[in-house]
Amino acid sequence: MRTITYRDALREAIREEMLRDERIFILGEDIAGYGGTYAVSKGLFEEFGEKRVRDTPLAEEAITGAAIGAALGGLRPILELMTINFSLLASDLLVNSAAKFHYMFGGQPQIPLVVRMPGGGGAQRGAQHSQMLESWYAHIPGLKVVMPATPYDAKGMLKSAVRDPNPVLFIEHELLYNVKGEVPDEGVEYTVPLDRGEVKREGQHVTIITFSRMLHVTLQAAEELAKEGIEAEVIDLRSIRPIDIDLILDSVKKTNRVVIAEEGWKYFGTGQGLAALIYEFAFDYMDAPIQHVNSADVPMPYSKVLERAALPNKSDVVNAVKAIVPQALVHG
Amino acid sequence: MKTVEMPKMGDTMEEGKILRWIKQEGDQVAKGESLAEVETDKVNIEIESFASGVLRKILIPEGGSAPIGASIALIGTADEPLPDSMSSNGAVKAAVTQEMEKAAKTGEGSGRVLSEAKGDYRAKQTGVQSPADAGSQGRIFISPIARRIAEENQLDYSGVEGTGPNGRIIKLDIEAVLAQKQETVAPSTPVQLPIPEAELTAIEATETIEIPLTAMRRTIAKRLSQSMQTSPHFYVTSVIDTGKLADLRRQINEYAQNEPHSVKVSFNDLIVKAVAIALVRMPQVNVSFAEDRLILKKQVHIGMAVALEQGLIVPVLRNADQRSVLAIARESQRLAELARTGKLRPEDFSGGTFTVSNLGMFDVDSFTAVINPPESAILAVGSITPTPVVVDGQVVVRDRMKVTLSSDHRAIDGVTAARFLQEIRRLLEEPFGLLL
Repeated sequence: MRTITYRDALREAIREEMLRDERIFILGEDIAGYGGTYAVSKGLFEEFGEKRVRDTPLAEEAITGAAIGAALGGLRPILELMTINFSLLASDLLVNSAAKFHYMFGGQPQIPLVVRMPGGGGAQRGAQHSQMLESWYAHIPGLKVVMPATPYDAKGMLKSAVRDPNPVLFIEHELLYNVKGEVPDEGVEYTVPLDRGEVKREGQHVTIITFSRMLHVTLQAAEELAKEGIEAEVIDLRSIRPIDIDLILDSVKKTNRVVIAEEGWKYFGTGQGLAALIYEFAFDYMDAPIQHVNSADVPMPYSKVLERAALPNKSDVVNAVKAIVPQALVHG
Repeated sequence: MKTVEMPKMGDTMEEGKILRWIKQEGDQVAKGESLAEVETDKVNIEIESFASGVLRKILIPEGGSAPIGASIALIGTADEPLPDSMSSNGAVKAAVTQEMEKAAKTGEGSGRVLSEAKGDYRAKQTGVQSPADAGSQGRIFISPIARRIAEENQLDYSGVEGTGPNGRIIKLDIEAVLAQKQETVAPSTPVQLPIPEAELTAIEATETIEIPLTAMRRTIAKRLSQSMQTSPHFYVTSVIDTGKLADLRRQINEYAQNEPHSVKVSFNDLIVKAVAIALVRMPQVNVSFAEDRLILKKQVHIGMAVALEQGLIVPVLRNADQRSVLAIARESQRLAELARTGKLRPEDFSGGTFTVSNLGMFDVDSFTAVINPPESAILAVGSITPTPVVVDGQVVVRDRMKVTLSSDHRAIDGVTAARFLQEIRRLLEEPFGLLL
């Protein structure tokens, strides 16, 4: 299989879907002539023209409303918001319109809308532009929230998102666009479901649950742990909502120990919601309290040094695992 | 200024409660004098002063509790100034402890008060007690899966040592115990059936009263379950002619009446002496089983089971083999009195090598006793009963006493137990030897 970047995988998904279904169009800030802030839509304007690749004003509320309207009218918009931080301007439309119309209006309208947007920090974007806000949206019934971490999953899940009749928030990460991975050749049809996590590494001593960029940090941590005999099972959530709780519970029942590694903040975030589910459904299988690896509980510092200190890293994951995996289990 | 600290009196003690200050602020105190009476989880005990001087400041008032090592009083000279921090801080601290007590009793806001007193962040956040707090109340920390596995295997985990954080019992610990059991218990051993749930729930809640376990009851339950579950008991019973023993006892007591410190010798004292001598003669009974070896005790310390209103405690007569019958009588009476008033020190009821349990005063023909671990045998003594016996071909009535020896078969075999009982019988039937 060939190896391509996350960015290219996204572009391929959009292009293949646009070729497949002409109701599909993309809109967003600087996505046409400029090719998108992260160059995801590069070349699409030239290929599909301004009818299907539309630059918009810097007005998230307006363009999100327009996308929802287009979806209501029978089109299949893929909206790119420059970052998830700006989606807060459009959150009323996402939460109160996109998530609710199908339910409130007797199931008549469908909102087959995909909103693509990157989140996360690590590139010195400052406190306002480095946030992980997925849990805000995952809280809302009526929204799907997915966060693939690999090029393969990104392409497969973006295709599934486009074909899904419901609004899907497709959250990328600024530091994932250059990540490379194996993806089937262009035009080879495959999709990845929107409601399934995946065991990215098998192990029996501890389950590390993670998603988005932290998957790669976690896999490195698992490598390091393996050198010391600790076999970590790494679960990539891929989808925050719906969450693949069965996959998680199966793993927890096997390992009895859980570390949740996420880039977002600790309090009331994705990890804590997940921990509550695990305690609710697998309490009798737990051998240790769930450990959380998170960003520091501060607005993201701009300083490079401080930003690095605030973000969770490989050692944090390794230490969290060691805190709950007894030495005797590994060497006994 | 010297600080009096809450002493550690026993392995399980975490804090002590001041029942009574024997000395008051301003009193002269000599080194070795009793300062206060303290209640631990097991006993009440008087603590002695390690310094001489004037008791300047009581930091924990009567009824207050303090953890081991905490300052409870200050001793100094009469005119020595009190440290600034102590004069006010002590009072605050004491007030807090009292508050905690009160809260614990009423069950109101104990989490809040605890957290404020301890400055415990987690407690503050969640209102729950940290393990260290709850530990003193006897709660066992065990992970959910460890508890589930223990319950599925009917394993009493109260004695399992936890290796997880905060001493939590984790899955690994339970699996280790189960693996060990698997090795020691033959696979054909029938599995103990759990009490059917229905049987428990069939009794209406209104028809029952739930009695919380006291620390003593919990200890009894734990140790004796452990004993029955781990040591294979077997029993050997012997009938003893107590005619000469009764005569000897009468003679001793006639003599002892006029001793400077008069004392009355009981049958049990004579039995303890006989057991002690028998143990010297047969040290292979004076052992503990330690999985991969036997530990033979060089000294003979006889435990005597004393019934209390709230349970049972086994004070220990040290070196009973080296004590005279009168000395044993005095010591056993002293220990029994301390036991009844809750004043036994930990060293008074630990370190026994063999136990005598006597229910003779309750018209008991005979009974079997549960071995008191880590000992390997216990003698259960029944009543002395007029019994028809055959003497020289004639049926006559004579006094007889049944004693039953419970032995741990891992350490003691049947013949050893029988010979040990023979030895006791000989000593009690020809009791003059008890005095020599």
